[in-house]
Parts: sequence; structure tokens; C-alpha cells
Amino acid sequence: MPEPRNGVRIGFYVCHCGHNIASMVDCPAVAAYAATLPNVAVSRDYKYLCSDPGQELIKRDIAELGLSHVVVASCSPLLHEHTFRSATEAGGLNPYCFHMVNIREHDSWVHTDRRLATEKAKALARAGIRRVAHHQPLEMKRVPIHPDVLVVGGGIAGIHAALTLASAGKKVYLVEREPSIGGHMAKFDKTFPTLDCAACILTPKMSAVRSHPNITLWSYSEVVKTDGYVGNYTVTVRRKPRYVIEELCVGCQECIDSCVYKKPMFPDEFNEGLGKRKPIHIPFPQATPQVVLIDPEVCLNFKRGVLTDKCKKTCVEACAERKAIDFNQKEELKEIKVGTIIVATGFQPFDVKRVPQYGYGTYPNVYTALEAERLVNASGPTSGEVVLRDGRHPNAIAIIHCVGSRDRKTNRWCSRVCCMYSMKLAHLLKEHSGAEVYNFYIDIRAPGKGYEEFYDKLNEEGVHFIRGRVGEVTDWAMTPEEEGKLVIRVEDTLAGFVRRIPVDMVVLSTGLEPHSDAQSVRRMFNMSCGTEGFFLERHPKLAPVNTYTDGVFIAGCCQGPRDIPDTVAQAGAAAAEAMALIDRGHIDQEPNTARILADCSGCKSCIPLCPYTAIAFDSATQKAVINEALCKGCGTCVGSCPSGSIIQNLFDDEEVFGEIQGVLADEPN
Amino acid sequence: MKLAYFPGCSLKGLGRAYEESLLPVMKHLGVELVELDDWNCCGATAYMAVDEVKACVLAARNLALAEKTGQQQLMAPCAACYLVLNKAKHYFHDYPAIKKTMDHALAAIGLKYDGDTAVRHPLDVLLTDVGLEAVRQKVVRPLKGLKVAPYYGCQIVRPYATFDDQYNPTAMDKLLEALGATVVRYPLKTKCCGGSLTGTVPAAGMRMVYILLNEARKRGADCLATVCPLCQFNLDAYHAKVASQYGPVRVPTVYFTQLMGLAFGLPEKELGLNRSAIRLDWRPEPVPTPASKEAVTA
Repeated sequence: MPEPRNGVRIGFYVCHCGHNIASMVDCPAVAAYAATLPNVAVSRDYKYLCSDPGQELIKRDIAELGLSHVVVASCSPLLHEHTFRSATEAGGLNPYCFHMVNIREHDSWVHTDRRLATEKAKALARAGIRRVAHHQPLEMKRVPIHPDVLVVGGGIAGIHAALTLASAGKKVYLVEREPSIGGHMAKFDKTFPTLDCAACILTPKMSAVRSHPNITLWSYSEVVKTDGYVGNYTVTVRRKPRYVIEELCVGCQECIDSCVYKKPMFPDEFNEGLGKRKPIHIPFPQATPQVVLIDPEVCLNFKRGVLTDKCKKTCVEACAERKAIDFNQKEELKEIKVGTIIVATGFQPFDVKRVPQYGYGTYPNVYTALEAERLVNASGPTSGEVVLRDGRHPNAIAIIHCVGSRDRKTNRWCSRVCCMYSMKLAHLLKEHSGAEVYNFYIDIRAPGKGYEEFYDKLNEEGVHFIRGRVGEVTDWAMTPEEEGKLVIRVEDTLAGFVRRIPVDMVVLSTGLEPHSDAQSVRRMFNMSCGTEGFFLERHPKLAPVNTYTDGVFIAGCCQGPRDIPDTVAQAGAAAAEAMALIDRGHIDQEPNTARILADCSGCKSCIPLCPYTAIAFDSATQKAVINEALCKGCGTCVGSCPSGSIIQNLFDDEEVFGEIQGVLADEPN
Repeated sequence: MKLAYFPGCSLKGLGRAYEESLLPVMKHLGVELVELDDWNCCGATAYMAVDEVKACVLAARNLALAEKTGQQQLMAPCAACYLVLNKAKHYFHDYPAIKKTMDHALAAIGLKYDGDTAVRHPLDVLLTDVGLEAVRQKVVRPLKGLKVAPYYGCQIVRPYATFDDQYNPTAMDKLLEALGATVVRYPLKTKCCGGSLTGTVPAAGMRMVYILLNEARKRGADCLATVCPLCQFNLDAYHAKVASQYGPVRVPTVYFTQLMGLAFGLPEKELGLNRSAIRLDWRPEPVPTPASKEAVTA
């Protein structure tokens, strides 16, 4: 047992956390044991230490018993370290004379043997007590926060977040990968359950983004690098060449009319390939910004993306004096400084090629849901008329739910929006074509405001609902009525037999999944992903838009499948969280920075290792110096210093070794 | 390349034509098959239905024998053997209680299985190891004009889709195209052939056989190509019965290896083509002259 340190009087407190800890750890026994350890002046157990009376207890003990240090054994520091540091400070001590021991996540929640769990709690308590005896008073660091915000992704989430921030007077950079903002929502025809037109409610917000003085919109651009930390991020954005100068183009589209291609003949991305466009094009009528772009893969002035200058360039003639077309445009890298980042990069629809049994690609009249959206849309390739790929009009339509969702072979999660959008499409397809519509579902999930009522409405409209996961879509006909049709083979689990239903058109309600490049985006912004690949929130209930990286927030489907109302709510929340940081004006940083001792030999080996370029060399003293404002306390330099001349606050040798010796000590307990 | 070879009962009995065509075709492609010494029943059909563990023990003996030969790979051409051997391997790795029984039973006869032997289907070996290009090189009598419905049956892709898609296998489609045949799109490629229902509940079994043959006929197939002795038997042996109930649906069913043999120009009598009840009469163009042969292989 170590000798007691002079002047160190530790108060030790073990929390029951209701039953969370007390059911697996004998808290009074831990308190009794801690009381026997050197330097412990008082040791208590308490039902809820985080409660006001619990905190009062600590404050009173500090004053009445003259404590110098405090240890609390309870939950995770993520939850309550701040609470107890504040209580320590309120009691009159420096908040860093406190140490927290986690006996919930690290002990009671993960063990099943009460005796052993109690022994472990004692060992962890002993480690914390030995460590805290070495703690010195420290001061919080304060760094200013840059007031500008970066929003990544210009779907409805990014648009709403950017507008919220901009209206509050914040300067926002909105970066969108595609040529226009709008995201998936811009492709939708109507929105459920109100059936209001998606474009009618979205495009005003899109033009507000374009005209807002506080928003810098960079479409057709991607973030390529992020450096720095909360309050002080440096972000590099790559602006891809459109071969059209954005500032000069007025969106008159005369260049498109005069393109040497008289007819549009290349698959139009916005219409999911159902329509055609020319090499010079604008994604859709309400595209924001209203700027055309040239696809160098098909433009005659290029060959496979390389400029050849062999076209008649009728587009340039049409543009005339404006001179907006620039075939020599190169990609551009822009560097910006922001304090906070909102990531709203959305989702990608499930790839239906992964379920070949539904015949997408084999049978032309099998459509994805997004294709069906374009097909019923007035500005779509057929002006809203439901004409199949083979030119026919459907008399019967099948909508298959849960394609790629709720399936162990593909994605296990429920994509949340498909039941509702399937019903919306059922309504629209029936309205536009008069066909019989069959929905094949596993469960109908309609848990939103007005959603169940929408399901009722569909039932009243005579849309058919058949419960069962479809086995296959086939052109194998068994009866004359089935000849030339697509046959849905499904077990009707309510009727209890296998059915064959012939239809003319099949819509696959594809689920939502993370973007295929979500992992690289995650690394770029130092976020985490859940097992399914969606970005991980800091807490699923209480910090749903925060990430584990301070100053980086998430909104919309990049965090998990959700519908438009939830996305907008989340985007607003992310904007509010960013504003809360900005309006505080500064960030308090942990004082866990590194310091150089006088024994530094000036070997400079630490300087290139520092990821934050916080270390410089002082030629006057021939020693390294650490810029405390830049140091993030990663400890790389501490471990690498050959002469042991760098120490890190809260992690100096005495503290760390005290903790290790404490946890390993083989003392009678 | 060299593999241990597990024929199973079918390839020595009703499915003799499969073995008769498989062996020369593999030899022609430089794949050496060494028949497992003292092999026993794979454990399929009735065994599996009655007692899975005992079936797995039977299969494990074959796997252990293969391991003993030092071959890392065991070729099992019969779809039922292929499935049961894979299943035994899966249970061995994932169900400790069954593994224990297997270990115990094998120890009683002085054998041991470590769970390493890879169970390979000929289609898998042809596409993955031999390669379609090597197959194409050997084609001297392309199956030009022959329309084939590729029929995989259920067992080689379900539940273990080890080398092909579970719902839409395409390995045989690609192989047949490499042989020069026209592959008919056949959506029933993994539908049930009736299995033992043709014997136990004939009314149900005949209907299933009829559906498969009729769909192939409707799609203009000259024959069905199969990978499974039971499928071949069901689709070949019941034509009279099916015809009496549903009308004639005369489409022959052959093993894919027989078509390979024809395309490779192997002697017909080696390919067992005369063993079927409904024979494939179609033959590719005669073997070209040496000069044109070079042109084909070049």
C-alpha cells in the first residue's frame, strides 16, 4: 500500500444508479473498502449522486471535511463527468481535482457475477483514488469559434439547414455534388400523406437558397479535405468543371436548342434514364442554380472526356456575347474556414439488380419506385401519362414493398418510408392510369401524422393489399390470361395459399441505404458509422444530430432512413445546435494539452509527428515549444520524446502509473 | 489440376450418363479426378429427412476420407451429394453438438475430419478454375443452332449459393454460350423437378414435370440441360405418363457435360447419350478438317 501523500484528502463516492449499478455491485461494500485506502478522508455510497442532493453531499463534504480531491464511481464520463466536475468546483476546488470511475458500462452492465463485479468495482475505485492523488489544478482553454458554417449536401435536409442558419444571420457554404440542389425530393411527384406537389413546396426553398445573401452555393462540387477542430475547420472543396461559367450563364438555354445534336439522345439522370437529354443540358426546369452544363463524355467537342475542339460549337454561337461556355474550364480547389459542419449527404436507393428474382432488367415493365415517380410526374418523360417501356398502358400494376429491406440477404433494416411512398404511388398510378393496383406488403407501417388515415383512404379507393413477400416476378404463364403478362408469385399469408397474379407493370419499392462512398465521407469528417453504414449520432435519443466529433452535425437520411417531415425537423435541429456553438462565441477546451519541460534537448523529433502542427522550434532557447491553442492532447509527441521531456496534463506519468498500479494492486479487499 | 472425386450412387446407377460424360470432358480439359476409395452414401434424400445428424455423419465419413487423401478439394457432381456434403460441412463448423457426434462417430472407425475439404461442383470448377476461355479453346463442333433451356434444379444454389446467384444462377448459361449453343431464357431454371413426388404423390409430381417440360417447349428449346441426376430422371422417365394426362411435351433432357462432350468432338459412345428415354437427336456439324480446326482453336 502506498504511503499517504501529505495534504491529500480524498472524498470517494459510489453511486447506485438505482438498480443499474446496485443490482450487480455491492455499493456499500465498495464504499467501506475505499474508506480503508490511504488519503481517503470520506467514503460514501448514494442512490443517485447526479441528483441535486447527491451533488450537495459532495459540496458539503469538501467544505466541512476539507477535501482536496474527489472521486466518483458511477456511470460513463460522457454522461456525468461535467456534472461532478461542476459540483467539485462549486464546493471550492479546482474541477480537475476530480476523477470519475466508470463502474456501470465497464462493470455492472457487462457482468453477471455479483461477487466478481464488486471486486472489480473495488479495483477500479482503487485505481481512481491512486490516480486522483496526483491531480493538479488546471485551467480550461478557451478558443474562439469561426461563425461560418459548411453544409454538405443540398437535398431537403441541407437546404433547410442552410436556410435556417442564413436567416439567423450566419454565413453558410452549401456544397452539393450534383449540378443542382434538390436531392431526391426534387424527383418526387407528390408527397405523402397530404399529396401536395413535391416541386411546389421544394422549389421556393431552392430559389431562396440561390438568392440568399448569406448563402454561398457551390453545386457540382465536393468536399475533398477537412482539417482542424471544432470552431476552426479548414475545408477544401473541389469545384468540378461544368464547361460553363456559372457567373455568366443566365439559364436561357439557347445553347441547348442549338446543340449539333438535334434530338436529345443520352439518358437523362434526373428522369432516372427514362427520358433523354443532350450533351449540353440543364438537369430539370427548376434546377438551382439555373446554369447549364456540358457532359464531356458525350459532347462532340470532347472525346471520352478529353478536349478535341472538333465540334462546330453551335452552342458557343448561340451564347454569343455572353461567352459563358468555356471548354477549357478546369476543376478548381477552394479553401474555406468554418467553425461548424452539417453533413446532410442523404441516401442511395437499394440496387434492384441484387434481387434478380424480381426481374428488373430482364422484364422491361419492371420499374423502380423512383422511375415510377418520374413516370407519373407532369414534368417527367411522359408528361405524367403512364406509358410502359413497351408502349402499352397498364391494366394491372403490382407494387412490391420492402425490396432490399427487412431481408437478411440484403439489408435488415426497415427503410421507414417505403410503405407510405408505395401507397402514394398506388394512388397516383391508379389516378393516372385507371389500372387495378396491388400492393404486396409484409406489414403496413404507417406511424405518422395522417399516415394511417391515408392507408384507410387507399383501401376505400379500392387499391388491393396482399400480405406476403413476393417470391418472384416471372413471364412463365400457366393460363391463357397470364400469357404476355408479368406474373406475381406470392404466398398470401392472410388467405393461406400461394397466388399467381398477372399484371402489366411492376414497381419495386426500393429501400434506402447508405451511399456507397459513405465510408470515405465518414473519414473525411471524422465521424462514426453504425453496422449498417449510416452515420452514427452521438446518442440515439438525446443527441440525435450530434456526432462524436464536436462541431460536426448530421441531418437527414445519411443518419438513417426517414421521411421529409422528420428530415426537415432534424435539419432544423442541426442548424440550432450549430448556432448554439456559434453564438457562445468560444469553445472551452479540455486542458489536457502537452507541455515541454526544461530538459528538452531540442532534437526536433516531435515536430513532424504532431498532426495539428502545434509544435514549433524556438531557436533562441534551442527547445521545442507547443502552441497550447492548437494542441489537441493526442499524446503523440509525449510518447515519442526520446528524453521524456514532454508531459501531458491529466496524463502525466504519476497519474497514469498510479492508476495502473491501483487497478493491478493485489491488496486484501 | 487434380481433385478428389465423389461419384455418389446416382452416377454409378441411374445417372450413369453423367459420369460417362463428365470423366472424358474433365480429362479433356486437363482436370484429373481421383475417385475416392471406399466412399459411402452421401446421406441425401431419405436419410436427411429422417435424421439430419446421422445423414451428416455419413457425409462426414466421405469428407474425412477425402481429407485423408491429401486433396483439398472434393468434386461432387450430383446436386444432392453436393448439397449434403456442404450441409455436413456447415453443421460441422456452426453446430458444436453435431460436430461432437460427427467426431465421435468418425473416431470409432479411426477417421478424423478437420473441416477443411472444399466441396466443389463441376460448374464451379469449370467457371472458376478452368475458365470459359479454356473451354472455348476446346470447342471444335460449336453447338450452333441448338436451343438449350438451362435447368439448375434447386439443390446446387439453395441454400448454399457458394458460386452462383441463389435466385438466378447463370454459370451454366455462360458455359452453354461458350459451347456455341443458344441459351433460351428459362425462368423456371431453379423450380422443383418434383423430386421424389413423382414416386410418392404421382399426381403432384407429374404436374411439376409437365410444367417444366411444357415451358421449355413453349420457349422453343430443343433440349433441357441439367446438373442433377434426379432432375434428369424425372424429366426423362415420365413422358408417357405426362403425355397421357396433359398431352405430349417431347423435349429431351441431357447433362451439360454431354453437351460439352459433343462440342469438344469427343466420341459419342463415351457420352452416354443413348441412355435417355427421350434421346437428343440433334448433332453439331461434323468435325471440321484439320485446317479449319486450327482456325477454330486460334
